[in-house]
Amino acid sequence: MKLFLKIWRQENAQAKGQMVDYTIDGIDPNMSFLEMLDVLNEQLVAENKEPIEFDHDCREGICGTCSLQINGQPHGPDRLTTTCQLHMRKFKDGDTIYIEPFRAKAFPVVKDLVIDRSSFERIQQAGGYVSVNTSGNTIDANTIPVDKESADTAFDSAACIGCGACVAACKNASAALFVGAKISQFANLPQGQVEATQRAINMVNQMDAEGFGSCTNTGACEIECPKGIKLTNIATMNREYIKATTKG
Amino acid sequence: MSVLDSKTPEGPIEKKWDNHKNNIRLVNPANKRNIDIIVVGTGLAGGSAASSLAEMGYNVKTFCYQDSPRRAHSIAAQGGINAAKDYQGDGDSNYRLFYDTAKGGDYRAREANIYRLAQVSGSIIDQCVAQGVPFAREYGGLLDNRSFGGVLVSRTFYAKGQTGQQLLLGAYGAMNRQINRGKIQSYTRHEMMDLVIVDGKARGIIARDLVTGKLERHSAHAVVIASGGYGNVYFLSTNAMGSNVMAAWRAHRRGAFFANPCFVQIHPTCIPVSGDYQSKLTLMSESLRNDGRIWVPKHKEDVEKIRNGSLKPNDLKEEDRDYYLERRYPAFGNLVPRDVASRAAKERCDAGYGVNKTGQAVFLDFASAIERYGKEKAYSEGHHNPSKEEVTRLGKEVIKAKYGNLFEMYEQITDDNPYETPMQIFPAVHYSMGGLWVDYNLQTTVPGCYAIGEANFSDHGANRLGASALMQGLADGYFVLPYTIGDYLADEIRTGPIPSDTKEFDEAEKAVREKLESLLNNNGQNSVDYYHKKLGKIMWDKVGMARNEQGLKQALQEIEELQADFKKNVRVVGKFEAKNSELEKAGRLVDYFELAKLMARDALERDESCGCHFREEHQSEDGEAKRNDEEFKYVSAWEFKGSDQDAKLHKEELEFHSIELATRSYK
Repeated sequence: MKLFLKIWRQENAQAKGQMVDYTIDGIDPNMSFLEMLDVLNEQLVAENKEPIEFDHDCREGICGTCSLQINGQPHGPDRLTTTCQLHMRKFKDGDTIYIEPFRAKAFPVVKDLVIDRSSFERIQQAGGYVSVNTSGNTIDANTIPVDKESADTAFDSAACIGCGACVAACKNASAALFVGAKISQFANLPQGQVEATQRAINMVNQMDAEGFGSCTNTGACEIECPKGIKLTNIATMNREYIKATTKG
Repeated sequence: MSVLDSKTPEGPIEKKWDNHKNNIRLVNPANKRNIDIIVVGTGLAGGSAASSLAEMGYNVKTFCYQDSPRRAHSIAAQGGINAAKDYQGDGDSNYRLFYDTAKGGDYRAREANIYRLAQVSGSIIDQCVAQGVPFAREYGGLLDNRSFGGVLVSRTFYAKGQTGQQLLLGAYGAMNRQINRGKIQSYTRHEMMDLVIVDGKARGIIARDLVTGKLERHSAHAVVIASGGYGNVYFLSTNAMGSNVMAAWRAHRRGAFFANPCFVQIHPTCIPVSGDYQSKLTLMSESLRNDGRIWVPKHKEDVEKIRNGSLKPNDLKEEDRDYYLERRYPAFGNLVPRDVASRAAKERCDAGYGVNKTGQAVFLDFASAIERYGKEKAYSEGHHNPSKEEVTRLGKEVIKAKYGNLFEMYEQITDDNPYETPMQIFPAVHYSMGGLWVDYNLQTTVPGCYAIGEANFSDHGANRLGASALMQGLADGYFVLPYTIGDYLADEIRTGPIPSDTKEFDEAEKAVREKLESLLNNNGQNSVDYYHKKLGKIMWDKVGMARNEQGLKQALQEIEELQADFKKNVRVVGKFEAKNSELEKAGRLVDYFELAKLMARDALERDESCGCHFREEHQSEDGEAKRNDEEFKYVSAWEFKGSDQDAKLHKEELEFHSIELATRSYK
């Protein structure tokens, strides 16, 4: 396959970026999208040019490191797929592909396609946990039965990989799906009940402080989420937040 | 006496850990506030250790090369975590978990450490549930279990095919709570470049900020290495692209002995290599072997037809299939340990029965599981005479609920639908049992430098059982290190803050700077990956699933030559003080070359077959590994003696009092 690539290049956070054209040939349809970028980077190194910086690590769709806005869509054209699991067979010989970083005020560009998602870290630090110390003496794991449906629902929320596609997909750059997923995980488990009030308030306040936009329920986040996190997580977050703020 | 003192406590094996905890020195809470600890790596081991140490009151700094601690490669562990809870009432116990792990490791790990691991395994599950980890549950609300290879009980707890993710997010949450309290300072996109030793003790690290490229000094009273394994020395592995040995190797160069480097696990069920461009290999969880049956055709003419596409695997008759694991190992069948399953696949493929174009693949087939589950489900729904279509439809539903995400991943990568046609799988490098040598307290041979999780050698011997890596990482981090480190730190309460403006830090920083500058100024013509791929090929061919004396000697020679070529001809573009992934890769490869040589030497020295280490010279007539306990019942621990000199071998004799050494048999 021969491809025409238009890729965002930006020296560092302060510099001004621009789209740069590259042509690449001999791409095997069985390559992953990132392997295609590897090939391009080897080509650039051979020409003594700086390769394109992009984030990636596990390359099996679970670590949440890879990102990329591909032809305007977070993680490219496939549903329920991270960029590292996207394969070139989804493109056609002769295609032009636009590759940009995820765009959001709360995700500043570090270099080229690499972004800074530490805003997500600070939201998790504000309350994404159950405050239980390590000891060998917590109660036995089977002491509190949890009905299967709640456990499965909590798991589905906890499957979020924190990649930021929801923010990149949203016209408001809202992080509601990301925050909602963590709040919902704990809302569905008895262990999460004790701190439900502070958690909802602290995480939502931090989300606002980081400069993410508000949710207007357009649902693009759900469509683009590579892990299928559902819009109901946002409803749960809103319910938990209202519950917390109206509590006596 | 050997220079290696394991410090294993006296007493009967089931009392050792309790006795040790009762007698170990403690640091009082007020003094903990004056003690700094560096933790390098934030996976299950590092994350759980950092949060537990911070809860106890120590000041912790964590370092990870990823942009968040949550992205450490523990996240990719799929199948589960073992614990001797005996919730299934199938006769499990601490002793059985200990026994299975010792036997699975082919008796090449330290008995007392394994027993302790089994003892604390139950607490891990309690802790994780308390943190809100959403494990799989049964309809009655209690925790569900499944089976993994090499055992005859169901003791594996899981969260779909994403157990590692859920456990890591639990530890990450625990870390976040401490970050929020100011007790952990989290340094992301930072890489440890060297360990700093002052007066014989680990006193800090040199780190590189991977965004600005600047070098930084961080001092502490103790340094914990939790940086995972070194499978990426093979270039292709199931490890994350960034996983590397630098932290452990730099500690080794500073005096920490490196143990059993040749023990590397090749996992039997991974998606086969499809082309030269391949950057990594993807694991298909061992849990699939609960229900999948592994086979190749019995006859070569059928192999040919399947390869050229004229015969569909589903159309091959039962009697023309060779379910070779069930044939060779009737007692354990498809659930033999990983090393045994991998070698059996290699044996069939070497004999010409591989089922894809490269001849390097076997089938993992779910058809009979789909039928069995379909019938069960139809029956329980009241259809006592279901149609074949009904059975298949219901069976697929059950399989989807169990392994859905793995099947999707397989289809995304291969474009084949595993519900309709058998998966193709082949072994791939997965986990390193070898690592930094540690004593019972998890301290390396450098005072103040600890190693936990995959980065140490301690619990898995020559082969790790499935679902035991998560168990060990969390055992070390939550329940072992936080106690044992106090024994060392009790002497540090009067030390005060460690200065970083000393000559030791100056020298270490200067050496790192010179190393990176020389790479950048080399102006060669080949890329870093060009060399890494070549190194990987040497290692896979000659220090992989089967090894022999001649091959290992050749490997040593070839690595030496390749390393020399790398030094002369590598090209690293970009700048020092900037984000520069080529420079990151080059720095890691420098250490892989040295490690690769040590692995080959260790494999050469260990003139027996055991676990993953299969020396072709030592096998039985039916191709099973032949151990030699007389001469090799020891841990090899290598001391670094300067980069161009040979490392020195020390031996820790292994003693087994609570388990009888037997030939491992899964027949």
